[in-house]
Parts: sequence; C-alpha cells; structure tokens
Amino acid sequence: MSAPDHTPTMARTGIWQRLEPHLPLILVPLLAGLGLVAIPSPTSWLTLTVSGLAMGMMIFIMASGMTLVFGLMDVINFGHGAFISVGAFVGISILLALGSMTGTPSLWLNLAAVLLAILGAALATAALGLAFEKVIVEPVYGAHLKQILVTMGGLIIVEQLILVLWGPDEIFFTRPEALKGAVTFAGAAIEKYRLVAVGFGLALFLAMRWILRSTKIGLIVRAGVENGEMVEALGYRLRLVFVGVFVAGSALAGLGGVMWGLYQEVITAHMGADLMVLIFIVVIIGGLGSVEGCFIGALLVGLMQNYIAFLQPKLALISNIGLMVAILMWRPQGMMPVVKAK
Amino acid sequence: MSEPILKLEGVCTNIAQYHILQGVDLAVSAGGVTMLLGRNGVGKTTTLRTIMGLWRAHAGRVLFDGQDIAVLSTPAIARTGIGFVPEDMGIFSDLTVEENMVLAAASGPLDPARLDWIFAAFPPIRTFWKQPAGNLSGGQKQMLSIARAMAEERRLYLIDEPTKGLAPAIVATMAGALRDLKAQGASILMVEQNFGVAKLLGDTCAVMDDGRTIWAGEMRELAEDAALQERLMGLNMENA
Repeated sequence: MSAPDHTPTMARTGIWQRLEPHLPLILVPLLAGLGLVAIPSPTSWLTLTVSGLAMGMMIFIMASGMTLVFGLMDVINFGHGAFISVGAFVGISILLALGSMTGTPSLWLNLAAVLLAILGAALATAALGLAFEKVIVEPVYGAHLKQILVTMGGLIIVEQLILVLWGPDEIFFTRPEALKGAVTFAGAAIEKYRLVAVGFGLALFLAMRWILRSTKIGLIVRAGVENGEMVEALGYRLRLVFVGVFVAGSALAGLGGVMWGLYQEVITAHMGADLMVLIFIVVIIGGLGSVEGCFIGALLVGLMQNYIAFLQPKLALISNIGLMVAILMWRPQGMMPVVKAK
Repeated sequence: MSEPILKLEGVCTNIAQYHILQGVDLAVSAGGVTMLLGRNGVGKTTTLRTIMGLWRAHAGRVLFDGQDIAVLSTPAIARTGIGFVPEDMGIFSDLTVEENMVLAAASGPLDPARLDWIFAAFPPIRTFWKQPAGNLSGGQKQMLSIARAMAEERRLYLIDEPTKGLAPAIVATMAGALRDLKAQGASILMVEQNFGVAKLLGDTCAVMDDGRTIWAGEMRELAEDAALQERLMGLNMENA
C-alpha cells in the first residue's frame, strides 16, 4: 500500500481556547472565595462552607443517576424523587431497627449501621427502579410529554404507597450517637455528620468517575450518551446498558435519600418531590449527561444556598434560580454538556 | 463472480409517512467491492441503514450469508460480522481516539497486529491516539471512522460516502486503505459520490433511483459507457 502523501498535524490552539472548557472547575473555589470576602467571620465561613459542600455532595448523589438517564436515553424521569423518598424510608427504618448499634457511642458500630441502612435502601430502590423502568418508562421512550405525565403519575403512586406503609406522619429521629454533635476546627464548629457526608460523597464521585473513565462499561455509557445509535451499530446492546444505568441511578437516589434524611433528621413521603427542583437545577447547569458537571453544579448549589441563607435569608429561596440563570446565560447548554444535539 | 454474501430482495423502508425504499434488490459478492451509486436523495444511505437495522424494513428480505437479518436488532446484526461507517462518521467526540478504537473492538481487546496495520493505513490514528476525537479534522475523523470498522475482522463492511468533502490528498489515503482492505478479501458495500474512487475500487455496482435499484452489473461496464452513466444518473462522468 502506498504511503499517505500528506502530513497529519493538529492546529495549536491558544491558551484561552485550551483553558475555556475547564473554566467550570474554578467556579467552586471562586464561589468559596467570594463567600470568604462577603462573610465577615472566617469561622462562620468555614462552618457554612463545610455545610454547603455536604449539602452539595448529597444532591450530587441523588442527581448523578438522573443526568446519566437523561443523557443516555433522553428520558425525563420526574419519578426520580420517588426513589429518594423510598430510599429514605427504607434506610431510616433499618436504622431505627438497629437501635442497639446506633445507640452506642462506638463510631464503627454507628458507621456499620449507617452502611447497612444505605445498602438496604440502595437495594430496595434498585428493585423499584427496575420495575419503574419496565412498567412506566419503557412504553414511553421517545415521547417527552408522555414521559413527564406518566413519571409524575408514578411519583404520586409511590408517595401514596409510602403513606399506606409508613403512615401519614413525618418521622422524626436522631442520628447515631457518634455522628451527633460537632468538632471544632480553627475555631469553627463543624457538624460531624457533614464531614462524613463530604467524605462519602467525594468517594462516590471518584468511584463513579473511575468506572466511567477506566472501564469498558463506562466507555459504553459515555459513548451512548453522545451517540447511542453508533454504540448499537458497534454491537453493544444499549437497552441493557440503559436499564443498568437506570437501576444504578435509582439506587444512588435511594442512597442519597438516606443521607438527606440523616442530614435533616426528619423524613416525609414528599421529600423526594421537594428535592426535584434542586436536582433539576443541578442537572441543567451541569450539562445533560455530564457526571463532572453534575458534581460541580451540586457543590455550587449547596454553597450558594448556605452563603445566601446566612447573608440574605430572604433571598435564599431564589438564590439557586439566580445561579441557574447566570450559568445558562454564560453557557446555554450547561457547564459541561455531553448531549448537545438533543 | 463468487456467491453473494449479502442479498436484498424487494426491500421497502418507510420513514414516518415517506416511502423511501420501494423495492431494493441488491447483491454483494463475497470478497468483492460493490458500489452503490445514484443521485442525492434516492435512498442509498437508507439502504445501508436498513441493512444495519437502524431503519426497519417493512417488506422484503435482507439475507446475510443466507440468514434473514431484517428481523434482528442492530447490535445483533453488528455481531453477525458487519462493520458500519455512517455518513456522519459517528465519531464519539468526547472520547479519545484510543477509546473510540477500544470501543470498536466489541469482542475483546484490540489485536496489536491489526492495530499496526491500521496505523500503517492511517498514520494520524497513531499520532493523535491520546487526543479527544472531537479535536480531529474532518479527514482525520473519517479515517478514524473507517479504522474503527477495521478494528476487528468483519465479514462485510458497509461504508457510506467515505470521501465526502475530503481534500484530494486525504481521498488518496482513504482509497489506498480501502484498496488494502479489499486486497485482504473483505466484502464491501460502499456508497460513493466520487466516481473516480468508485471506478478504482468497485468490482460491481448498483445504481439507485427513486428508492429502487434501476441497474446492477460490473463496475467496468458502467465506467466505460458514458451514455449509460448519463441515462442512469443524469450526469456525464467520463472525465471523472
């Protein structure tokens, strides 16, 4: 075969062009820096920052599955909130049943109980997700309006089932003994549970990133988000991958539900539906299909909510809407969109 | 001419309310290159997409090695040994060149010997191995698209307009690689608008018009008959 008679080169791009796609990475430290300037007391800033990061991590856990489902199969699942509520109720029920483990001041016993609760919640919501996908989502592939209507219907049905099984009242509880209270760092009181949430969320993000970047299944998911048709033409059964992602996303939502319940120390049947507003904001500003964008978006939402609630409580409710407007004016497809053409 | 590896019999495909294919008959000989020619919009791309199951044939049969694959799903069709290079190249822009290639090897890890062969055919694939595929030029993306189909041994390659919009130097590279693939005994069904490339590579050809095959025969026969070209495709290509 003859050698090619052209020399391949790649045009050198300027520094700005190379940096521009990565700009969202500096938004979290930038927002934290602005918070440090705006909040007069550094100790208050530290408390609020850890609180914001913990809140962001929990929102990320709940939203990450949704962004992949949205990106991979173009499915708008308003029923995602149902998995959060079910996860919280199953997990907290397990935790309450493990009172002998949570009532002692042993950190390891407490963490083991929390892990069992999380595992139970994740398994229950994974099973629910499988049924939800088969019965509710599968018949409406490709029809957005129908997806919104039937998944909203599914959410209402699941909420009513929670009321039937656990009763109509909110369930109040306290965290395991070793996770109560705060530690003092640099003069700031930081709740122990928030530190656990930050560590757990970060570990989960790194694990997800590793799966998506370093495994073949992750490669298929990333490629499927971008061009599902071509993935199928290469011989991969994307439908099975999608079901797997949907189930994993449901399990993550359930897991996030337990963590959110422990954060608030109260659970209600409609807690998932209430959180959907924040989750949608995170998915949209992160960019459809992007786990990294979702992570940054969730941290921004968590920090913004905490800073504004401290500085201007009346503005706290609209602060995240303002954040979404600002980001969409800057990048109309979100910070790191993977799905651009849909 | 050897037995056909792929045969289309009276294939009809509808897209929404449009009847795009209205009875396509086609045969691709084993180990040969069949060119699918015709003006824009006559159904060539739809024919390839129907073979891959990306559009469903509502009538007719698509026989691959004697098996009707029209009833199979797209992944199952791909796993019978058909490689597909779509018109839009289907590159995963957010993945690196390496990741695109790894994904193309659906049955296992990339074979190093085969990879060396691909690198020799398309040097930019090696040069930009770790780069995001979205950063490649149009010609390099087309090379990656074909290299991806070549990542594993396939029994049939469906290639849709591989030289579309490419600079002449890159067209030559592309034609060289496809000639190499042909020399290895690959069966290829290729849609091509560049009549010069079609003449160079094609053994047989089929001409489509209005969703049907209106002529099929030896490529040489069509290439040597300017009047036939004009009658079938409405263009005089004797200088192509």
